[in-house]
Amino acid sequence: MSKVVYEKSRGLTDAPLTYCPGCSHGIIHKLVAESLVELDVLENTIAIAPVGCSVLAYNFFNCDGVQAAHGRAPAVATGIKRVIPDKIVFTYQGDGDLASIGTAEIIHAAHRGDNFTVIFVNNATYGMTGGQMAPTTLINQKTSTSPYGRQEATTGKPIKVSELMAQIPSAAYIERVSVHDVQHIAKTKKAIKKAFEYQIEGKGFSMVEVLASCPIGWNMPPVEAAKFIAGGLMPYYPLGCYRDIHAEGGSGA
Amino acid sequence: MKVLMKGNDAISEAAIQAGCKAFFGYPITPQNEIPEYMSRKMEASGGVFVQAESEVGAINMIYGAASAGVRCMTTSSSPGMALKQEGISYICGANLPCVIVNVARCGPGLGGILPAQSDYFQSTRGGGNGDYYMPVFAPSTVQECWDLVFHAFDVADKYRTPTLILLEGLLGQMMEPLEMTKRPPVTVDKSWCTDGNADKRPRNVVTSLSLYAEVLEQMNIDRFKVYEEITKNELMVENSVKDGDTVAIVAYGTPSRIALNAIEELAAEGINAGLIRPITLWPYPYEVFQNLPSSVEHILVAELSMGQMVEDVRLGVEGKYPVHFYGRTGGSIFEPSEIAAKVREIVKGAK
Ligand SMILES: Cc1ncc(C[n+]2csc(CCOP(=O)(O)OP(=O)(O)O)c2C)c(N)n1
Repeated sequence: MSKVVYEKSRGLTDAPLTYCPGCSHGIIHKLVAESLVELDVLENTIAIAPVGCSVLAYNFFNCDGVQAAHGRAPAVATGIKRVIPDKIVFTYQGDGDLASIGTAEIIHAAHRGDNFTVIFVNNATYGMTGGQMAPTTLINQKTSTSPYGRQEATTGKPIKVSELMAQIPSAAYIERVSVHDVQHIAKTKKAIKKAFEYQIEGKGFSMVEVLASCPIGWNMPPVEAAKFIAGGLMPYYPLGCYRDIHAEGGSGA
Repeated sequence: MKVLMKGNDAISEAAIQAGCKAFFGYPITPQNEIPEYMSRKMEASGGVFVQAESEVGAINMIYGAASAGVRCMTTSSSPGMALKQEGISYICGANLPCVIVNVARCGPGLGGILPAQSDYFQSTRGGGNGDYYMPVFAPSTVQECWDLVFHAFDVADKYRTPTLILLEGLLGQMMEPLEMTKRPPVTVDKSWCTDGNADKRPRNVVTSLSLYAEVLEQMNIDRFKVYEEITKNELMVENSVKDGDTVAIVAYGTPSRIALNAIEELAAEGINAGLIRPITLWPYPYEVFQNLPSSVEHILVAELSMGQMVEDVRLGVEGKYPVHFYGRTGGSIFEPSEIAAKVREIVKGAK
């Protein structure tokens, strides 16, 4: 008899994913789904989908799902979590959603110390609308609205969300990870699981920023896109834990 | 036993007694008494109070709490209501029940903090995108504020729609005797809600998204069938126009009480007028204008705006009567004598 060594997480539905070849959303969905199953909270979870490529995330996560207006997912999460505090709530947001139109909502959810988890997918572009410049787009990175490369003089420097969020006194856990290779995918899983554990234990606001690829938006083949995460994004967006108020010695101030 | 209460406080207490379990708001005059009241009382009554980062935040918290299946309310005033429009469109698109209160002030822009009725278009036509309406209730007394809160929660739950209570700052700030009569909430099926119980039922989804034309069209058609039901069942209007009246005055909210004083003043001079007071502004009681006594020759609309509801009156009248308008704006409030003078002018002009 053959032994099952790998199977699709039951945290995901059977709906075919709508993502482009080489896009990181699928991997990140899998890691979230596995974490919810392993922590035995899947059926008691509410997933909040953003506006962006992952707008249909509620079709993929095998739990209750709510679709939020562009950038407003953290406010929606607050509304849900406050009235059913014993359930697990997470938002899944892109960098246009979280770091541009939704800055007020994300900062104030953390500021209130709301006890939910944010999965923040930073692919340095607006994937859904066709690869426009995001606040996270790198200097000189070409996008459809920065055709000559992002210019600091007119558009500033890319915003560092984890560093920013780590300054918020009531945020509990903020970590930046990447999914460009197997080793980093394993670390990402650990961070996501830890964020949900914090929520289960009532420790407060947690956010995991995942550096992700957008081969179509970046106009690169998938392998090259994975390399761009390591060689392009990671030097500007260093990986690591930026805040953990519950760690031994507490790395957050 | 009656108590003396401000409109804003009556709305707050009525919401709690109607089973509101979540309140989200942002400070703005002249509705501040409501979030203040809720911050004192919600927790003790087993609910939650959150002062949101903005009205955008507050309405999206409502979207969340409503999707989790609890009775929830947000309140604001005109500029804050402008910010809530995106959320209201999403709430309609996702068929979520909630109560929204606008204690209106004058505009446009920052305008001023004095009372006005210039949010009629915003309330009945919506500032958000897409094909949608929501029931709008316009109380004229503190007692009616109280009663309509219970009703607004019931209508919201019954039809899975947001409902709006629209009053002028005047009524929010005014104290009047109030009978705190309680009524039990309607029982409705909330098995659709996303409350994280997918171990006991199939998983649920709350969304306004549909990428297929036929599907979204059908969703909109279905929603408009609900709107037809609401129009059939929930219209509210007070009509005191009787045989012998030559003028029908149309006014809503507290200004309707000023119109009543004008009607008394005119009666003393032998000019007979009656009042039509729409209580639901959407659905609008258009039919009332088709069934007026044959003595009626003129319609006068009195509003604290440059003329907004007057457009609905014209739609209802369908050219049958001349429709006149008298309005004050910017926070100015008309005296009964001003309305009476306008009626005299109309009646004389007719001779
Ligand atoms: C209010 C509003 N503004 C703009 C849009 C159009 N829009 C859809 S997705 C998107 C950007 C999404 O980018 P991001 O959040 O980075 O996610 P990604 O698609 O890259 O995963 C925008 C601007 C919208 N739907 N709503």
